[in-house]
Amino acid sequence: MPYILNTPDEQRAMLEAIGVSSLDDLFTSIPSALRLDRPLEMGPALTEMELSRHMAELAARNQPAGEKVCFLGGGSYDHFIPAVVDAIASRGEYYTSYTPYQPEVSQGNLQAMFEYQTLICQLTAMEVSNASLYDGGSATAEAVLMAMSVTKRSGKVLVLDSVHPEYRQVLETYLENLDTELVTVASANGGDVKNTAVENIAAEIDSNTACVVVQSPNFFGCLEDVEALAGAAHEKGALLVMVFDPISLGLLKRPGEMDVDIVVAEGQSLGSPMSFGGPYLGIMACRERFVRRLPGRIAGETVDRRGRRCWVLTLQTREQHIRRDKATSNICTNQGLFALRATIYLAAMGPQGLRETSELCLQKAHYAAAELTKSDRFTLAFEQPFFKEFVVRDRAGDVEGLMKRACGEGLLAGVPLGRWYDDLSDCFLVTVTEKRTRAEIDRLVRSLSGVSEQSAVPV
Amino acid sequence: MRNTSATQLLFELSQPGRRGALLPQCDVPVQALASLLPAGAISEQPPQIPELGEPDVVRHFTNLSTLNMSVDTHFYPLGSCTMKYNPKRNEREASLPGLLNLHPYQREETIQGLLALLHELQDMLAEISGLPAVSLQPAAGAHGEWTALMVAAAYFRDRQEKRTKVLAPDSAHGTNPASARMAGFDAVSVKSRANGYVDLDDLRSKLDDQTAVFMITNPSTLGIFDEQIAEISEMVHAAGGLIYLDGANMNAILGVTRPGDFGADMMHFNPHKTFSGPHGGGGPGAGPICVTETLGVFLPTPVVVRNGEQYALEGNRPKSIGRVRSFFGNVGVLVRTYCYLRTHGADGLRRVSENAVLNANYLLSQVKHFLPSPQGERCLHEFVASAADIKKERGVSAMDIAKRLLDYGYHAPTVYFPQTVPEAMMIEPTETESKDTLDAFAATLFKITGEADDLLHDAPHSTRISRPNEVQAARKPVLKWSPAASDA
Amino acid sequence: MKPEELLYAPTHEWVFLSDGPDGKIATLGVSAFAVEQLSDLVFIDLPEVGQTLKAGASFGEIESVKSVSDLYTPVAGEVLEVNSGLADALDTINDDPHGAGWLIKIKVSDDAGLANLLDFAAYQKQCQEAQ
Repeated sequence: MPYILNTPDEQRAMLEAIGVSSLDDLFTSIPSALRLDRPLEMGPALTEMELSRHMAELAARNQPAGEKVCFLGGGSYDHFIPAVVDAIASRGEYYTSYTPYQPEVSQGNLQAMFEYQTLICQLTAMEVSNASLYDGGSATAEAVLMAMSVTKRSGKVLVLDSVHPEYRQVLETYLENLDTELVTVASANGGDVKNTAVENIAAEIDSNTACVVVQSPNFFGCLEDVEALAGAAHEKGALLVMVFDPISLGLLKRPGEMDVDIVVAEGQSLGSPMSFGGPYLGIMACRERFVRRLPGRIAGETVDRRGRRCWVLTLQTREQHIRRDKATSNICTNQGLFALRATIYLAAMGPQGLRETSELCLQKAHYAAAELTKSDRFTLAFEQPFFKEFVVRDRAGDVEGLMKRACGEGLLAGVPLGRWYDDLSDCFLVTVTEKRTRAEIDRLVRSLSGVSEQSAVPV
Repeated sequence: MRNTSATQLLFELSQPGRRGALLPQCDVPVQALASLLPAGAISEQPPQIPELGEPDVVRHFTNLSTLNMSVDTHFYPLGSCTMKYNPKRNEREASLPGLLNLHPYQREETIQGLLALLHELQDMLAEISGLPAVSLQPAAGAHGEWTALMVAAAYFRDRQEKRTKVLAPDSAHGTNPASARMAGFDAVSVKSRANGYVDLDDLRSKLDDQTAVFMITNPSTLGIFDEQIAEISEMVHAAGGLIYLDGANMNAILGVTRPGDFGADMMHFNPHKTFSGPHGGGGPGAGPICVTETLGVFLPTPVVVRNGEQYALEGNRPKSIGRVRSFFGNVGVLVRTYCYLRTHGADGLRRVSENAVLNANYLLSQVKHFLPSPQGERCLHEFVASAADIKKERGVSAMDIAKRLLDYGYHAPTVYFPQTVPEAMMIEPTETESKDTLDAFAATLFKITGEADDLLHDAPHSTRISRPNEVQAARKPVLKWSPAASDA
Repeated sequence: MKPEELLYAPTHEWVFLSDGPDGKIATLGVSAFAVEQLSDLVFIDLPEVGQTLKAGASFGEIESVKSVSDLYTPVAGEVLEVNSGLADALDTINDDPHGAGWLIKIKVSDDAGLANLLDFAAYQKQCQEAQ
């Protein structure tokens, strides 16, 4: 076995020192009736060379972004990752280290966590950040649990239907056994509008409502009226939880400037590969006065015995290893390495780089939307201002046919929305990141509009 | 050569006007921002994150990295965390663009290779656990525990039984009771005996028709296999409850015994422990769970299914608890797990456990003379040594010894856990360490127990910092850098 | 206050009873023994004035770096006063647990729980046995 160092001679010497005659003798505490009397049934062991060939074969049966042009989004994005992110995050000193419970030999990780927390606060204009949760979906659910704890209200939680459908599904699971009513409020204000329905929301908030959950830009890419929602929530003592897109904050107004109480995000955009959905990074930040209700690890600044500045994991009494069933969450292992990636990414981009990335997304998405809707076949489903994603309605109603054909032409063209929204079964979500070129967008438009070489669908 | 220059924060290195990343010119016609977004939605300035050049960034983080201990550089006898070697080949394979650059909403015909891999992984985990139904979705061990408890809740709801309690031994990891509470149950603690076994009388007194689940870590955190497991399983099942196995210590029993065969109805794996997934300084992990056929219908969706030669993601399962996170799961971690399992095969996995147990017993045999172990002569993959005698005689604590180990280039063992053992030091060498390393470690531990009290109280001495003031950190939390504090 | 004049709960809270304008007032704190066990305190969570407490219920929490303890009241009643300065001066609890480190004052509505309290001698015995 490649990773076992003991030689047969050493094994013998060790058994002798222990005082047993065979390896089997070490397992006598396991009753023989419970032992497996056969080998496990699995494929044969592979050498490194064989594994490498096998994995290459498996990978070759996939068609990743890069091989195909990616216009998919909906919470996972094909943003550019500077080489420095991979170069640093692949250092063994980071990725093979443990959770920094021994601060004297973990200052690298702890300082990076502290820098991550600071960057998230700078990005969002919120007061405090934790050191990460699993992903955007579970972070949203954790934010709701936190809001229930802060407000001491657990009767009702309101969520707009323009919040990522999978995040809402996760939230539903988290609340399933907690006697809390999850009310999904239609954001459609009639017709072509798919954003904030402040009046609908305000009418639903009662004295036992913990929070309202809004996403902006929402799942359809549109901006919501976050400030109005915050006002409506606060008027009745509820909190506003906002799901945001980190890349959009190079350009858009920051949540902390809009009176939001708790913000969460999927942090994958900040320097992590799409990796079929994970591992990613759950971002969470909030008002300072909620800090003792914040789930997850937090790094804090202090001094050592000689008075030197240093960092430690702090406020640990919130966590499961101390407070057990009364902890703010059960979370233990989080996403340290991916928080590090986000930290490196933001350091590499800087304010100007982040601003330009946002602007490129915005400009290219609007160019794509304008070009696509030149075809009579397509309209934009919603009129609201959008950032880097938009919903296209296919008047011919053949989303599956369009996507299949585009895929054959090398394009991952969009995310069909029918699986989540019955009324949007003729719609798909198109995402344009800073990586997409005009030529690629034009290819998408040609393919979808049916003017590409293999076109057969009349418009 | 010890690095001394990584003390400044990114924010203190920032220089106005300095840039790292440059972006391409916009190649589509640029429109005025005001024509695309409402004025109130735009921020005049981007966030005031630091301004650095690429060389700044590389040097900063590279220097910082040298302040960490890691498996690549040091021995980590950290009990219950299974800090084994993290194979480099797994990193390379997981970085293949054909795996790394897949979008979660790609069409199924474009991800057949990945789905085949995940399907085979489901099968392998089912075989190792002896539990046939698998969900790869949970993001970490604790998340897997909670997911399984949600599955249990759905199972009882389906049977129209109202059960409110989840039992776990007092020696259990804190995630057990925390997960129980999040799943809507009351967490009830069951006593364990001095040798780490479950106190059957106490368990019996707490088992009733309100008991949904008994959570047990077997092998336990004391590194022993609870021989009463068959009896426990009978008792719990007779009361109509389910057994959950916390799989944190699976490294001891791969191919030797299977949770499904010793009575468990549900369990999670910690691939970042047992299957060598790197810990990443605190994640990511993954927490796949395996359950009985009966419970399989309640697992989260989607699961990977095979239809002839094609693989698909099945989402339509009426009794499923739903989603526990967005997208499929921590696929990057699962790919590494797959590589690890395929590298070992059945025989190799058994040898992993044999050598993990051999190493732990050997180390126990070398240290028990001066650091008694409450559990006796034998252990499985880890053991707990107690510094209670030294503490009583000299006032030197487990923490003092742990901190002094850092001076000698060893990561500290897990201390003060399990809480049932006074001055506990939980030591897990793993199978990837050699006899030489274990001998040197044991000799160092022995040497430390002979060192002067004050030297130990003040340890570590050679690390970048001495012991931090944790009281100050918790009393007046400083959780982010601010310009004012820096000027002061 | 002298430790001998106080009554103690087995959960380490002390109680001092005095007469108020309309009924009895109970002052609650944490015993010197418990404070020493907790070592350096980092946080305290106390109720708000006006809150009604049930006998035997938790009215707050006290934390050290690596432990949390619930605070229980043996008597029921309304919170009259909270030693709000403690939050920023936790050392007061360490320095003078039976005096300036008091936690809350309660206007007693039900004092049946007092029967379960220990006098100083009995409490000292309990502490010695615990060590």
